[in-house]
Amino acid sequence: MSNGQLWLLIIVLSVTAYALKVLGFVVVGSRTPPPLIERCLALIPASLLAALVAKDTFTSAQDFVVDARAAGLVVALIAVWRRAPFIVVVVAAMVATALVRRFA
Amino acid sequence: MSDAPSPAADSTDSNAADAERKRVVTASLTLGGAVGITALSFGLAAVSAGANVWQACALSFFTFTGASQFSAMSVVGAGGSVGAAFGGAALLAVRNFVYGLALAGRLTNDERGRKLPLLHRLVAAQFVIDETTAMSTAQPQPRLARTAFWVTALSLFVTWNLGTLIGALAGSLLDTRALGFDAAFPAAFAAMLPPHLRTRRGRLAAITGAIVMVALTPFVPIGIPILVAVVGVLFGVRP
Repeated sequence: MSNGQLWLLIIVLSVTAYALKVLGFVVVGSRTPPPLIERCLALIPASLLAALVAKDTFTSAQDFVVDARAAGLVVALIAVWRRAPFIVVVVAAMVATALVRRFA
Repeated sequence: MSDAPSPAADSTDSNAADAERKRVVTASLTLGGAVGITALSFGLAAVSAGANVWQACALSFFTFTGASQFSAMSVVGAGGSVGAAFGGAALLAVRNFVYGLALAGRLTNDERGRKLPLLHRLVAAQFVIDETTAMSTAQPQPRLARTAFWVTALSLFVTWNLGTLIGALAGSLLDTRALGFDAAFPAAFAAMLPPHLRTRRGRLAAITGAIVMVALTPFVPIGIPILVAVVGVLFGVRP
């Protein structure tokens, strides 16, 4: 992605994110959506965050790969399971990945 | 004497209210500090994905919703198109729409129930994110809900942007791959997941998302599997 495309992404994403915030908070206000829609919207983060974990650990461009990042994920999952703070989860994963890259 | 309104009782009430207010302010400021550290990792990750320092900072200032920022940079780092990077990030930002609905009833009116000026509401909208919603909806009284919202919003906005700047500057000076900064992405997403896995539905949606992602990656353009992974929400169709 070129520098210009990256700026385009930032602008379009910023406008969209703000529009969604305004749509809920100012335009629609405190009306609740139909239960079916509400249940589905509530599941977006679960689906996408898990997909992003899989993508950033096991894929590289269009290939399925298992590399040093897998070690990072294992350490991150243990840290999450032990309810470690966010920064501990991230740093532990980075350190594990760097060590495997360096020595494996 | 005992029939007269007691000034002592009044001051006890206001002391209790002050203490409550102080507790809310402290909790909100603490959260702001913690989020600043998350922002450091966003700055590092954004630079390792190919953004420059200005771009990382612009995302934190204008987009100002963490999961979408991480998602966009993750697709950029993988070599995806603008549309693919935008799509996944925008889907995650739909969350903020739902938060807006939850907060509108608590924050759009003043003490006397009159609607606050449009400009005030439009400014507040930028701060409708995970943390402000959690802190604000946790308060039983409208006054405290407003305090929690604004203290969290402002402390977080400062620390999120400052953290991003420091992280991006550090990242641009270091060998990000050797130091494993790319592993910050999956770790960050994994750390954001637990609240969404409390229900069976949430767990099924998560597993589906991950499987779709890995299964589709070899066959469709970069960034598209993320958009298809959203089919996991169909577990919400049945009541």
